[in-house]
Amino acid sequence: MTQTPIKLGNLPKHQTGRIIGFSAAAGELETRLREIGFAEGDHVTALHFGLFGRNPMTVKLNSATIALRRREADAVLIEML
Amino acid sequence: MSEILTKSKTLRLALLGAPNCGKSSLFNALTGGRAKVANYPGVTVEYRKGEFDLPSGQHVELLDLPGVYGDCGHSMDERVAIDAVRGDLDGERQPDGIIFMMDASHISTHLHNVLQAKNYGLPVILVLNMMDMAARDGIEIDITALEAQLGMPVISCVAVRASGRAHLVDYLEDWGKDVLQGSAALPSPAEGRLKDLQAQARSITREVVSVIEKAETFTQRVDKIVLHPVLGPIILLGILFVMFQAVYTWSGPGIEFIEAAFGQLQLAVSSVLPDGWIQSLISDGMIAGVGAVIVFLPQIIILFAFILLLEASGYMARAAFLVDTLMAKVGLNGRAFIPLLSSFACAIPGVMAARTIESERDRITTIMIAPLMTCAARWPVYFLIIGAFIPATKVGLFSLQGLVAFGLVITGIIFAMIMAFLFKRVLMKGGNSSLLIELPSYKMPVFKDYLRGLWDRAMIFISRAGRIILPAAVLVWFLGNYPNRDSGFAGTYAGKIGGFLEPIFAPIGFTTEMVFSLIPAMAAREVAVGALGTLYALESEAEIETQLGGILAADWTLATALAFLAWFVFAPQCLSTFAIIKKETNGWKWPLVAFGYLFVLAYIAAGITYHVAKGFGWA
Repeated sequence: MTQTPIKLGNLPKHQTGRIIGFSAAAGELETRLREIGFAEGDHVTALHFGLFGRNPMTVKLNSATIALRRREADAVLIEML
Repeated sequence: MSEILTKSKTLRLALLGAPNCGKSSLFNALTGGRAKVANYPGVTVEYRKGEFDLPSGQHVELLDLPGVYGDCGHSMDERVAIDAVRGDLDGERQPDGIIFMMDASHISTHLHNVLQAKNYGLPVILVLNMMDMAARDGIEIDITALEAQLGMPVISCVAVRASGRAHLVDYLEDWGKDVLQGSAALPSPAEGRLKDLQAQARSITREVVSVIEKAETFTQRVDKIVLHPVLGPIILLGILFVMFQAVYTWSGPGIEFIEAAFGQLQLAVSSVLPDGWIQSLISDGMIAGVGAVIVFLPQIIILFAFILLLEASGYMARAAFLVDTLMAKVGLNGRAFIPLLSSFACAIPGVMAARTIESERDRITTIMIAPLMTCAARWPVYFLIIGAFIPATKVGLFSLQGLVAFGLVITGIIFAMIMAFLFKRVLMKGGNSSLLIELPSYKMPVFKDYLRGLWDRAMIFISRAGRIILPAAVLVWFLGNYPNRDSGFAGTYAGKIGGFLEPIFAPIGFTTEMVFSLIPAMAAREVAVGALGTLYALESEAEIETQLGGILAADWTLATALAFLAWFVFAPQCLSTFAIIKKETNGWKWPLVAFGYLFVLAYIAAGITYHVAKGFGWA
């Protein structure tokens, strides 16, 4: 099951994806995302979006809920489940 | 000698863990909440230190550190937490061991942070907190297997209940002895990069954690309403509206009580002491000056009652999420919401709270605009001038006075947004702002911790009145009465200083008394009220309350009064604010920038207001 990776920022509401990596441009942001808990293989579900432009968003990551901006979410690459 | 012996026996432990995992609840429960707030020299990041005795009598010193996810230290307070466990804090000995705390529900998200903690070279125990909530959410953890996998002791705990802590306290007895004798097992260092540690952690959780997926947790159900794109902002606005209403309406009886008490105190002083300068100093200088400020204690308490409740319940992080969209428009992030909200009480805690903001550019911008939030110290001035000059008529449903006050608050916010935009675009380069916060589960605040927090806030305010406002009041009393009061205000030092500075302020319509009142207001903005009272030779606190408005209404023009109000929207006075900005930004640059831009804005705003009002014939 290989499909093109999509950015977490594009994950539709209530849909779940599996993290496959981080964008090469993420830089230090990758460390911060990893420290708070994003890791390869984890499942993420898009929960809530801000009023304008799906920004910011909240995602369910394992049992935690994380709020992040579109720019940060776009550094996380996922495949749809 | 004996002191050295007892000291060497003290067991020093650091509480480490992610934000909201319950460190402070455990800290309060173990130490009884009696904490010393320590400051890391150079920056004012606070951490709490407390002491307690284990049942055996073993003395323990406990450090409650800021919440931290990894070991990189992206924000100021994260760096302090990490420096503390590494022993890099000046004047703090490295702890003997680490209690790593984790919200048991989030073990599969955060376990790699424990692996990172193995590399500090200290004995570590893992405390899984809120095991009851985890069980409720269908998460089961095989503690024995987890201990074997991690190579460190793992204790399950419910920090807010004595029965939930008993196991931990028992364990600390034995472990603490081993730690002090140097015989406690050190965890084997975790090898590899963060990515590898995550992989290790995930494979451990797959073995020891079983999750029965529940349809929806309580927090998720509440979030559906609270984070709804339309309902969410409405609820937030509603909460803020109730909060500000409460601050200004519920505080009435408390304010009256304090006023009456200070009035009685003055009566008592004048009945005991003979007329003369000593009586005047104590009654008109000290009691009236301090009373004019302490009177705002009820409002401070109500404001913080709301803020602490919103924080402890888990709502504050949601508020940050909800306002993030708006904050992004001026280039800030949602995390700036909390410092700015605290700044409505006082800019000082607001400036300090900005240290949780990771991006240095965002942190500085937030600090720069914090003084534009209408702090409690401005209200005495607003109340006095509005009461004296704005008629108590109704405009529709609202009182005109209330609308003017609201307009002043909104003006401050609008200028804060404009300045944030300018600071971000013009003055500072680099760094994208970010949000990235974990939304904690909703929980019932622990009542004792809540009251303790409220008490601490009240004490900070009261001690400020003693340390800063009392000396300022005495100084104003002296300058306003010497060398010669008989020939009127012009014969006093205050009159001479005011006269000297008046040419600067004459173009914007300020009188000599107004100019002088701005100087002691450097100590605290609200001192302007007491200073005006002293200058207009009012004898008692009660007289300041009842008569000062009338005197001003007769002496000032409406244009002058409005210009004074416009000045206080920006009020580049509060020295303590500039002092805290200097401390937090480690240099003179930012406090000078803040003073400069606030002064220019205050001067222009007052000038425009004065001349426009004169144009309307309100002179």
